[in-house]
Amino acid sequence: MSELDSLYQEVILDHSKRPRNLRKLEGANCQACGYNPLCGDKVQVYLTVRDGRVVDASFEGAGCAISTASASIMTETVKGKTVAEAEALFDGFHDLVTGKAHPGRVDLGKLEVFSGVCDYPTRVKCATLVWHTLRSALEGDRGEVTTE
Amino acid sequence: MQAMTHLRHTDAGSALDVEAVRRDFPILKKKVRGKPLVYLDNAATTQKPQQMLDALTRFYVDTCANIHRGLHQLSEHATREYEEAREKVRRFLNAPEAREIIFVRGATEAVNLVAHSWGRGTLQPGDEVLITGMEHHANIVPWQVLCQEKGAKLRVAPISDAGELLLEEFEKRLGPRTRLVAVAHVSNALGTVNPVRRIVEMAHRQKTPVFVDGAQAAPHTRIDVQALDCDFYAFSGHKLYGPTGVGVLYGKAGLLERMPPYQCGGDMIRSVTFEETIFNTIPYKFEAGTPNIAGAIGLGAAIDYVEGIGLERIAAHEHDLLAYATRRLAEIPGLRIIGTAPEKAAVISFVLDGIHAHDIGTILDREGIAVRAGHHCAQPVMARFGVPATTRASFAFYNTRQEVDALVAGIHKVQEVFR
Repeated sequence: MSELDSLYQEVILDHSKRPRNLRKLEGANCQACGYNPLCGDKVQVYLTVRDGRVVDASFEGAGCAISTASASIMTETVKGKTVAEAEALFDGFHDLVTGKAHPGRVDLGKLEVFSGVCDYPTRVKCATLVWHTLRSALEGDRGEVTTE
Repeated sequence: MQAMTHLRHTDAGSALDVEAVRRDFPILKKKVRGKPLVYLDNAATTQKPQQMLDALTRFYVDTCANIHRGLHQLSEHATREYEEAREKVRRFLNAPEAREIIFVRGATEAVNLVAHSWGRGTLQPGDEVLITGMEHHANIVPWQVLCQEKGAKLRVAPISDAGELLLEEFEKRLGPRTRLVAVAHVSNALGTVNPVRRIVEMAHRQKTPVFVDGAQAAPHTRIDVQALDCDFYAFSGHKLYGPTGVGVLYGKAGLLERMPPYQCGGDMIRSVTFEETIFNTIPYKFEAGTPNIAGAIGLGAAIDYVEGIGLERIAAHEHDLLAYATRRLAEIPGLRIIGTAPEKAAVISFVLDGIHAHDIGTILDREGIAVRAGHHCAQPVMARFGVPATTRASFAFYNTRQEVDALVAGIHKVQEVFR
């Protein structure tokens, strides 16, 4: 089970069972909906952005353990970050889960627990859907983001 | 070699020798992630016996030529083998005539062929097409698009909590404006076997033709299109141990003759001037361009193979696996089987409390067990049962009770990870 452990780490299991920030955010001024047609997962991301900084973040939706944990940890991580920092985190996170991690990339902190995802190409979209949705919310896009 | 295999499998009345048939499938010797492959995704595609692979190779090595045109010997041989494959399919479906067998890319193309060719010429605004609540997307969307185009209405007969078609509800929706009934013989997501004969009787009372999507039925049961009396029947070669990219549409000759071509070019033409084209007769009218010659020959070999084993013997073995797997899975706390109709093919969809199908699929894959996790291209079925996705184990005659045990052990592992 050692290889599996690298995917289903304790932190990921914990966040999938007890997701943080799983609620509708009253007073959110940015939001977007993401959809993964492959598995039918849907996620809604809510943000309160003030003076270029993410003051609060939450999400709604149900998905697999990886997508739920990713949403939970993402909303924790981006709180307090500037929009530019959040965007940079997504780039770094994307490189991490697609196995393109390189020295000198942004410090991902807790997001590092997703490093095992790169061994499971079919699960990359589970981890990134909520981040694509975050970007869409930040850019004020209307409509739905999909992973396809 | 082939004759020996034939003898081995057809000792009358005896049970299937699973170890012997497994030796015919090279891929079953494979290890996945260091573990013996447990292939339980047969509803997606089946594995291929050596006899079928040999037929494909033989065509490309010995016989490769285009058909229905060359005067040379190779072309004659290729044409003969292609037409022999058509005859094998005719016998397999017990169709009255070989010209009622059209080679297509797969069941999906067969639905599209009928929707375009029959549908465009027949449907009027206000007409209706009746399907069931358990259809695969491929037996929904072509009709939906056709209905939108024609101002017709797509009606859906609901299914029960067990995943059975509610026949009374079906009959209520069968009206004077119903121009076509399209129904799965076996549901890919639930395994339910539909009472096609009764459906056809009901529809024919209204003079409504019936299209049967047999993609999931052909590998599991003996099909007799004359006994069913359906007007169209479709299946895919690759789900019947044949190659990908070839499938079959059966249609009653009278209907096929009245239908316009679906695609134009190549074999479907008798003569062309810039002013006019005269189309070929059926089945060639519907086989535009060079067909999948090798694929059709491969499908013929796959049919020979399953006939050699015996469809009754296959059905008996799969039924035993289904009953055993249903019993073993039902014992697992927190596991719910989706689709519990009394008449089922060897397909089991299930959900586990608090664990998403994709996580189950990934963890089983680490154990070398291949299942399908997702909506199975049947999103309305998922919506009907209020689940985003299911995990589906689907069995073939080469599967064993030991493999069911491996699946059960794998599910226990999944539950351990998420405890």
